[in-house]
Amino acid sequence: MPEERDISIPQSLYKRIQERIKGTGFSSVDEYVTYVLREVLSEDEAGEFTEEDEEKVRERLRSLGYLE
Amino acid sequence: MISPHGGRLVKRVDFSEKRIEEAKDLKKKEINLDKYRDLANIAHGLFSPLEGYMDNNNFEAVLKDGRLDNDIPWTVPIVMDAVEEEVSELREGDDIALSYNGEPVGILEISDIYRYDKGKYVRSVFGTDSMEHPGVQRVFSMGDYLLGGKITLLKDPPTQFPRYRLWPEDTRVLFREKGWKKVVGFQTRNTPHIGHEYVQKAALTLVDGLLINPLIGKKKKGDFRDEVIIKAYEALFENYYPKNTATMSIIETEMRYAGPKEAIFHAIMRKNLGCTHFIVGRDHAGVGNFYGPFDAHKIFSDYPDLGIEPIFFRSFYYCKKCRAVVNDKICPHQDSEYQINFSGTKIRQLLMEGKRPPEDMMRPEVADAILSFENPLVD
Repeated sequence: MPEERDISIPQSLYKRIQERIKGTGFSSVDEYVTYVLREVLSEDEAGEFTEEDEEKVRERLRSLGYLE
Repeated sequence: MISPHGGRLVKRVDFSEKRIEEAKDLKKKEINLDKYRDLANIAHGLFSPLEGYMDNNNFEAVLKDGRLDNDIPWTVPIVMDAVEEEVSELREGDDIALSYNGEPVGILEISDIYRYDKGKYVRSVFGTDSMEHPGVQRVFSMGDYLLGGKITLLKDPPTQFPRYRLWPEDTRVLFREKGWKKVVGFQTRNTPHIGHEYVQKAALTLVDGLLINPLIGKKKKGDFRDEVIIKAYEALFENYYPKNTATMSIIETEMRYAGPKEAIFHAIMRKNLGCTHFIVGRDHAGVGNFYGPFDAHKIFSDYPDLGIEPIFFRSFYYCKKCRAVVNDKICPHQDSEYQINFSGTKIRQLLMEGKRPPEDMMRPEVADAILSFENPLVD
């Protein structure tokens, strides 16, 4: 397991998360919060292509017959 | 668009002449085509977030927890093995050229050189140490050391099917251009029969697009050859699939036959391709009787943070009473005289005798495509 740090969240939020993860595969609030934060950060770090990169890919897809 | 696994699509490609010339001066390690394909899979982001071959920490974490050292789900080791004679000339911190047919095709920045326990490896990944298992045989034929470190791809590997090779950056643009927000991926190493078509189309009704991915690479004796699978699917697409909602691309990596662990690995690759859903069938990536028929379903409950939605299918068959392809969830006539099962063995047997299987088992166009090959199976 990677090294961990403690983070505080409001108790009401903690309880809401406890309710939410019932019946899911998440076995703890920590697990769920780690997952959600990782997903949120992923969206920012995804590193979209430039328009020029995308056009190159579109051209390749057209040449292969995937796009018209 | 769904985020790549681990948050960022890896790209470690440098096709410049300068880099290729630099690689020519490095120590060389020759790799086979399967290793070369996986080198490219890492470099083009299909195995994101991996940027190279696993170091000891990640390797051990994958065996112990089915996760990388940073807790991100990962179940199948991606490693570069080496023998003692090679390792004796290498040091951590060295860059070496990975060569194919003598030509440098990649660079490995060695950050870790370590021995590993093959028994522990196979028991964790394959759930067995039986030498009857093809994955176990493969691991025990590997060198005794593993080299960890980041890679750079200098040249794409050769492919028999350039028309169908799409990397994650391609499929992600393709899905966006087609307006597919929800996409289901289907893994196959088989020619399609009616049951497969039913599963694919049933899943497609729930989402915007279907991506069928035949797996191209080393397979076991008796499996269909790659070119046969492609031609069979081309026949199916031409005659039975709508162009605006279904497409096909290949994934070039060997089958590991790791059953449930490989199902997770397969799902991760589809997530990187941009799929939001992944079909998991009966005995997914299984071999012989090493896994229970639905072990590959159960394992997904250990990975609520996988980030791609599995769609599980149980048994499916043709019901003469329902007059349709059904599954045990929607048909009440199980274990009855109405049920015709899609027996892969029976279909294969008919095809090997040069006969078309019945049309309620396999589309005639698909059967003809397979029958056009003198020997459709791997020897």
